[in-house]
Amino acid sequence: MEVFTSYHNIISPLGFTTKENYSSVLADKLCVKTCRYGKLNEQFCLSIIPDEQLNVASRQIKDALLYSKLEKLSILSIQDVLDRSRLSFSDPKTLLIYSTTKGNIDLLDNSIKQNIPKERAYLFSMANTIANYFKAVNRPLVISNACISGLIAIVTAQRLIKAGQYENILVCGGDLVTEFTVSGFKSFNALSQNPCKPFDSRRDGINLGEAVATLLITKNKNKLERSAMQIVNGASANDANHISGPSRTGDGLFQSITQTLKNNKIKIDTISAHGTATPYNDEMESVAFERAGLINIPVNSLKGYYGHTLGAAGVLETVLTLEAASENQLIKSAGFSEMGVSGKIEMITEHKKANINTILKTVSGFGGCNAAALFVK
Amino acid sequence: MDALIEKLKGQIIEQLNLAEIKPADINPDAPLFGDGLGLDSIDALELIVLLEKYYQIKIKNPADGKMIFESVRTMAAFIQSQGKA
Amino acid sequence: MELVITSYCRIKNNRIVVNGLEVILPKQDIPSYFFADAYKHFEMNYPKFHKMDNLSKLGLIATDAAIKGNDFLQRNKPEATAVVMVNKASSLDTDRIHQQSINDKNNYLPSPATFVYTLPNIVIGEIAIKHKLTGENLFLVCNEFDAQLLIDQAQITFSQETRAAICGWVDYDNGNADALIYLVEIADDSIKNTNFIPLNATTLNQLYK
Repeated sequence: MEVFTSYHNIISPLGFTTKENYSSVLADKLCVKTCRYGKLNEQFCLSIIPDEQLNVASRQIKDALLYSKLEKLSILSIQDVLDRSRLSFSDPKTLLIYSTTKGNIDLLDNSIKQNIPKERAYLFSMANTIANYFKAVNRPLVISNACISGLIAIVTAQRLIKAGQYENILVCGGDLVTEFTVSGFKSFNALSQNPCKPFDSRRDGINLGEAVATLLITKNKNKLERSAMQIVNGASANDANHISGPSRTGDGLFQSITQTLKNNKIKIDTISAHGTATPYNDEMESVAFERAGLINIPVNSLKGYYGHTLGAAGVLETVLTLEAASENQLIKSAGFSEMGVSGKIEMITEHKKANINTILKTVSGFGGCNAAALFVK
Repeated sequence: MDALIEKLKGQIIEQLNLAEIKPADINPDAPLFGDGLGLDSIDALELIVLLEKYYQIKIKNPADGKMIFESVRTMAAFIQSQGKA
Repeated sequence: MELVITSYCRIKNNRIVVNGLEVILPKQDIPSYFFADAYKHFEMNYPKFHKMDNLSKLGLIATDAAIKGNDFLQRNKPEATAVVMVNKASSLDTDRIHQQSINDKNNYLPSPATFVYTLPNIVIGEIAIKHKLTGENLFLVCNEFDAQLLIDQAQITFSQETRAAICGWVDYDNGNADALIYLVEIADDSIKNTNFIPLNATTLNQLYK
């Protein structure tokens, strides 16, 4: 059975649709901005969706006051995909998979006045609230697997459809920038004060970003939109090495890639890497790519535009790469100018046209987890 | 200095949850990282938290940690040099 | 292919049951002591254990108990062994500790050793590290123990590459430890000497009861 990607949406400071995001990225607009983060009274480079923008967009949500910021963003993102695909969660063959690391974690902060029940700090409670908004008949599936959540949600959707359980799955990934995550990554000395520079020799840490992205996965050929590609395969693997430090040898990522590509002697046209812009992560990825023989293949990281959007990252980066592939467009890896990793990889330094029939998407995260997925036109 | 070293050993054991190690097991001149106590990159960051928590010392540049955290004795010397012992 | 459970461990109300037999530990009301006693009982000999958060300690104990005394790790290749876990509270127990450390602006001391555990899949990472398992990973969140969800996820994870899995429910919230961890293998000759039981909703619900 063939399973495809189809309609999609991205919500970020660059816009509330994939189209707006795609054209902004091609115009070299970045979401990440150096700013004073009030709660820590310190300078960081972050990507935050302004409340004003969200408030205007939220007018189309019924009883918007009942929902948290992340719930509203998710509802808007999912609604866009439902509208365009003419699908409904009242259909028992349609499922919502929600991918997040921290969900409504800001509900733990008692200093923020919110009228949202504290219960919704539980990830399932949040996802169920979103599913109930759409009167879903199926209970949503929630995946929380650090930074690989979004991509393994897509792979899980493909597997569930192949197993015959569902025909359509909307994978929605979302996370916010909160004091919780900013203070935590700061304690790791992992935050850069400037726009991050994935794979560059001067990279000095990540930018945190907030975003929500939704991607329809379907087996129904009459539900495909123009950027649709087949999800051929996907795999995850663990480094079994350290819970926060990337493996020096890239074992887990290498295994994810080789299992994903297994019998396919297929030519990869572009790699959408994870590329967080921490010194060790990017080095690890380059080593894994070279070991897998993926040299001379154009690579980018989209973190330079969006920052690290955690549970949204795998979905957002897949969606933007699918949209670009439909235009045979390679997107420049923002922030990169001088090679700063030892593995032989070829970074995309300018937006340029190229035939793109195959995409390899990879991600890696805390807990030693890695994942890869292969998309083919 | 010796009193500070003994105090530090206890604080390190507590901060890093080294439950199976007693202060007497820690040689003040042995390397903290590598084979010795088997500390890792997260422990290194925790030692920075320890200095702030007990001695109000903020390490601005984490790269400085390498020399400071070589052994318990170098840590103690650093704390004394900051006038915080 | 037919999947079966070759061993399991159930932990609830500070009681441990392994393959139907209760493991007798000194009675402890405080979870941290319970974990320490279990650590001693199973002779885990793994100092890193003491640095872990409650969720990881719970997952590690239940996994060690389920693996101890059988050949699961010898029968299955590390890269062919997946770890699939589900819970209700994700990492909220540790999330609350991290939040506490940043609530007071005059005593602002977030700890990296705490923050790293504010992701539920770290328990999978800890199990993978301890037993050198490099296969597939998946952490799901659900509002209750759902046998069918666990079975469905195990079934779609098994493939040409994935031939075994450590699966289960591992939840730690408000001082309550609740885990059912079991080993899933393919019903073939390699397991004929084990006391395997079928993997279905009836058996899982019985084990979880």
